[in-house]
Amino acid sequence: MATLVLATRQESAAARLKDAATVAVVALLLGIPMIGLTTVDQGGALRVATRWPALAAFVAACFCGRLLLRYVIDRLRQRRRTREHADTATPNENTAANPWLNRLGWGALAFALLLPVAFSDNRYVVDTATTVLIYVMLGWGLNVVVGLAGLLDLGYVAFYAVGAYTYALLSTQFGWGFWQALPVAGGVTASFGILLGWPTLRLRGDYLAIVTLGFGEIIRIVLVNWTEMSGGPNGITSIPRPSFFGLPFKPPGDAPTFAAAFGLEFSPSHRVIFLYYLILLLALLTNLFVSRMRQLPIGRAWEAMREDEIACKAMGINARNVKLSAFAIGAMLGGFAGVFFAARQGFISPESFTFNESAIILAIVVLGGMGSQLGVVLASLVLVLLPELGRDFAEYRMLLFGAAMILIMIWKPGGILAHREPTLRYLSGSAAR
Amino acid sequence: MALALQQLINGLTLGAVYGLIAIGYTMVYGIIGMINFAHGDIYMVSAFIAVTAFTALSMADISSVPLSLLLVLLVAVLFTSVYGWAVERTAYRPLRGSTRLAPLISAIGMSIFLQNMVQLTQGARVKPIAPVLVGGIDLLSVDGFTVRLAYSQILIVLVTVALMAGFTYLITKTSFGRQQRSCEQDRTMTALLGINVDRTISLTFMLGAALAAVAGVMVTVYYGVVDFYIGFVAGIKAFTAAVLGGIGSLPGAMLGGLIIGLIEAFWAAYLSAEYKDVATFAILILVLMFRPSGLLGRPEVEKV
Repeated sequence: MATLVLATRQESAAARLKDAATVAVVALLLGIPMIGLTTVDQGGALRVATRWPALAAFVAACFCGRLLLRYVIDRLRQRRRTREHADTATPNENTAANPWLNRLGWGALAFALLLPVAFSDNRYVVDTATTVLIYVMLGWGLNVVVGLAGLLDLGYVAFYAVGAYTYALLSTQFGWGFWQALPVAGGVTASFGILLGWPTLRLRGDYLAIVTLGFGEIIRIVLVNWTEMSGGPNGITSIPRPSFFGLPFKPPGDAPTFAAAFGLEFSPSHRVIFLYYLILLLALLTNLFVSRMRQLPIGRAWEAMREDEIACKAMGINARNVKLSAFAIGAMLGGFAGVFFAARQGFISPESFTFNESAIILAIVVLGGMGSQLGVVLASLVLVLLPELGRDFAEYRMLLFGAAMILIMIWKPGGILAHREPTLRYLSGSAAR
Repeated sequence: MALALQQLINGLTLGAVYGLIAIGYTMVYGIIGMINFAHGDIYMVSAFIAVTAFTALSMADISSVPLSLLLVLLVAVLFTSVYGWAVERTAYRPLRGSTRLAPLISAIGMSIFLQNMVQLTQGARVKPIAPVLVGGIDLLSVDGFTVRLAYSQILIVLVTVALMAGFTYLITKTSFGRQQRSCEQDRTMTALLGINVDRTISLTFMLGAALAAVAGVMVTVYYGVVDFYIGFVAGIKAFTAAVLGGIGSLPGAMLGGLIIGLIEAFWAAYLSAEYKDVATFAILILVLMFRPSGLLGRPEVEKV
């Protein structure tokens, strides 16, 4: 942790060693109560256990890491300085105009379309890809609120939960189908978005973050305790799965099924593949919708509001409507993802909608690059696939997320694929930048 | 009546703890204009340090309660302020002068990091310690319901009052307090006057962490159990207390803490224990809607 401190001066080797020693001392102090000592349960009473080798390794790692980091940073800074002397014109770092990224996006789309064909016999791959796509969709939804409108929402999972529970209740209590429930759930979550947005309109960024955090917790507490409505901690079970235009994915029986209608042999993987294409379709529609919104006055107003709220108000933009629309649309997209989640799992409980989930979605948006659609895809891939690699990764996942959020903010506050450039540019001569 | 008195005692105790944590939020907000999201987790870290220290002391056969309390407080304050310093150094200082959102996100990252670090290094299970301070005074008994003032509750209130007095002195009368307040008003001017702004901010974080450490030890003594998730809820409640009292104001933080503690205790007793957290969040939203500057705070004017 202590190795992340960045310094501004360039120093000699002795100074670097001294600096690294300071870091090691701090690491030792931080490590003693957490790594060096721990308490274990022994026969009903706690005993103190020591882990000095682990502490020594941690301190040594901090020392060496700090030395290396300082060395690398100094070298980079030196090189940048010499380069700046060579040519004063700084390169234009507009990632949106980078054709390479554009091609990467199309390549990813082609891969996504072909994935179930290539892995049609491997259910695990398709399942994991579906999970990735759910996060992509959530990330794109949150991107509207955080990336475009610049409103930090820490309770995004609440909308995901509202969407999921709306579908679960409509389908189990009233027998609604997936496609009927989808727009209704979108409307319900959008109203929840406005409900949350309304009291928070006047708030600044940090207050807003806490209020949204509280809102997410309120929704979760209500879901846990209002047993008659939500089934409490047990959740809602046997939620109907979506069907293919009325044809269910079932073994052959009396009613017409998907396999019978198309003359195929029944296979459980049909539904997995269908669900995959369904979420892909939803995600692509989300992407299209959001990128179109960005071209509209309202989308431009979101980005302008992010950059400077006072200037926006001075220009006559209605701050209330702009913020509320961002909240409502972000919430609606989260709700759609929730509907799909409920339909795919067939079972939902408040367990799935904890603050950790909000944090993961936020991490996806932040790490990918706020406002960047492709960045969200890459970040979701990394964040979902990392824990799949092994149990160790799953355990350290949130720890790494937290550390990565700090590092990315220090290194590139806009995210890896920063897209802070305004969509609309003034392209005449030297004023282009 | 007896139940109300008991809840008044419980609420005041709880409120004192929230107030101690809230001061950390308020001070950091005052000096850098930012919410320290990781503050609740610092409090959680200190509770874990307290658990380890109490266990070590009982293994070393130190049975004197005042001595062990003093030692644990000392150890917890010491290590926790190092944590406060490290948090400021890694998650805040590199981002000073960055965009508005960046330090917020790095602070949330720090909060997630600390929570998971403790979960990994200390285990995810609830840690119970042997009771440190048992017993209390039975105040009155009505219809078989005895109102009890536990010694740990007296301790918490006394320590809080003493710390508040010391702290008010530190901020209003000492040279560090003057530096701190001048950094709040105008950081550039303060630096021009030869005051080390970076050091003042670091010290503010350490002081906030030290108060959170005291709160952590007190809660460990009071409840006897600790887990890695306590920082999240306590953090939000203490923040609500800070906002309710008027963020940036020290007496406001204490007042807010007491109000939140009382509301929580009475809500749990008379309305519903399950929804007591909802009550806190609802208060937070209502305060922000109708009186964003809090009870004792000054309204904030945004300048261009």
